[in-house]
Amino acid sequence: MSNFNNLAILPILLPIIAAILSVFLNKKTTMTKWMTGIFVIVQSILAFSLLAYVLQNGPIILEAGDWPAPYGIIIVADELAMLLVTTTSIIAIAAAFYGFKTVHAKEQKFYFYMFFHFLIAGVSGAFLTGDLFNLFVFFEVLLMASYGLIILGGEKQQFRESIKYVLINVFSSVLFVTTVAFLYSVVGTVNMAQLAVRVGEAGQSGILTTIGIMLFVVFATKGAIFPLYFWLPKSYAVPHPVVSTLFGALLTKVGLYSILRTFTLIFGHQADFTHQLFIILGVLTILFGVAGALSTYNIKLIIAYNIIPAVGFIMIGIGVYSVTSLAGAVYYLVHDMIIKAALFLLVGTIIAITGTSDIRKMGGLIHRYPVLGWSFFLSSLVLAGIPPFSGFIGKYLLVRGGFETGNYIALIVALLLSLLILLSVFRIFIGVFWGEEAEQEKSKPIVSTTGYLAPIIFLLLFSVVLGVGADYIYPYIQYIGDTLANPSYYIENVLKE
Amino acid sequence: MEIIMSILSGILFTCGIYLLLQKQLLRVIIGTGLLSHGAHLFILTMGGFPEGAPPILKEGVEFYRDPLPQALILTSIVISFGVTSFLLVLAYKTYKTNKTDNLEELRGTEHE
Repeated sequence: MSNFNNLAILPILLPIIAAILSVFLNKKTTMTKWMTGIFVIVQSILAFSLLAYVLQNGPIILEAGDWPAPYGIIIVADELAMLLVTTTSIIAIAAAFYGFKTVHAKEQKFYFYMFFHFLIAGVSGAFLTGDLFNLFVFFEVLLMASYGLIILGGEKQQFRESIKYVLINVFSSVLFVTTVAFLYSVVGTVNMAQLAVRVGEAGQSGILTTIGIMLFVVFATKGAIFPLYFWLPKSYAVPHPVVSTLFGALLTKVGLYSILRTFTLIFGHQADFTHQLFIILGVLTILFGVAGALSTYNIKLIIAYNIIPAVGFIMIGIGVYSVTSLAGAVYYLVHDMIIKAALFLLVGTIIAITGTSDIRKMGGLIHRYPVLGWSFFLSSLVLAGIPPFSGFIGKYLLVRGGFETGNYIALIVALLLSLLILLSVFRIFIGVFWGEEAEQEKSKPIVSTTGYLAPIIFLLLFSVVLGVGADYIYPYIQYIGDTLANPSYYIENVLKE
Repeated sequence: MEIIMSILSGILFTCGIYLLLQKQLLRVIIGTGLLSHGAHLFILTMGGFPEGAPPILKEGVEFYRDPLPQALILTSIVISFGVTSFLLVLAYKTYKTNKTDNLEELRGTEHE
């Protein structure tokens, strides 16, 4: 049994091995591509089978070096973590195969694949860890990889935006370390399960709520929640489309996952204060994100701004804090990771075809690229939450959870604002795909889009299955919501009391 | 002892944040250095300063210092070294390509 437990480390270990190999193979691009392809596929097969195992038999707890739970580092592959690792591996496949085609040969030689694999390793590690300081280390792993990716290419504006991105992340990392120090001095541990026990015993007095809010500020900076989202749109709009895809789909979601984990497991005892704050911030996040998305003509910036309202919805789900709304938040999290990846890839394809990111300079693309046009149409429907697609079910669960607990106003405002999300992506659809073809477009030859479209259709397939197959998926999500609303499940599994 | 150390790391944080809000890039980076010093001192302080020997097993010693914060600081120092060196090179390249180290002039514009 204990040998089997070791498999839980593989979603972290495989990308690290791949990253080390691609350091040595950096000049042999074809070989690195093959290796990357094989590694991401193996990773996702592994993640799927671990997820199936965990859903049937309960969480896998791996105690590193056989040290019992509160003393050593532990890897907790529970249902939520494995679900998110699986989603990450799906996005990694799409991004890798899109990257083979679109990243310049020079950048591929400059360790693109190493950064890529380290990013995946950091994200999987952050999902799987059961230790607060270890979470900080995995945050740094994924942030360092993202620093490497954001400047890859070396454009003027990339340097300009990445310096702000790095600075804001350095600041929030310092704050994270400080918060861990506070928490250690009050409760004397950094293991999440033991933290949960001790915070529960202390009844979450004033100082612990303060520390909780500090932790929230740290994760809110990583996850782009209302007053702390200002760094996100531009720094996500400047790098290569594959890099934007990885950032938009994974990085903010790690911050959200950390909020979901810490505020369901550890700091759930003062819900009338903290969670009420989350609902208010969630609504404001949606409002400001949508306002940003409507304010610009740059298609990449519109999609980057669209990350923010999704974060707001998940925050409302966490804030409402009932089984249904937590299930809704998890469902929306998975849905949003996949659809944001698809949208960034679509926008990257449009920019690759037209050579511009300004809506006003484009038009009539549907005549030449019908498949691209209809996939964009489909993904805007999914994003806005039109039934029967996945966005609808996530929002439906959130709304039902909100109405059960009497948070009518917040959810009605959120729903009305989500109409504007539809408007912001339809502006792209109408501006780019409808109308007359732009003059300079007519003379250009048609670009072959097969390599671009395959990963996008792969992602859309998952998105549609997530919505249409909700009958099969929903019970599992509901079960994950149950385990989140009941922290003793996690604590008993980890500490084995 | 804890009080003095808390005040000291508070001063480090204050100076760090003041420098972060400056316009010149290099000052901002010095600010991040001060901030991480503040944070590391803070971890040490939060571990407490009871009487005790350094955490190396020896015969006849009854009380040791808490080893965990020291391990945490060591990890955190290495990470902030890595990030700071990256940040310095990034600032150098930004200065080279954008021809300015003034953060006011590094604002993005909509039309470029």
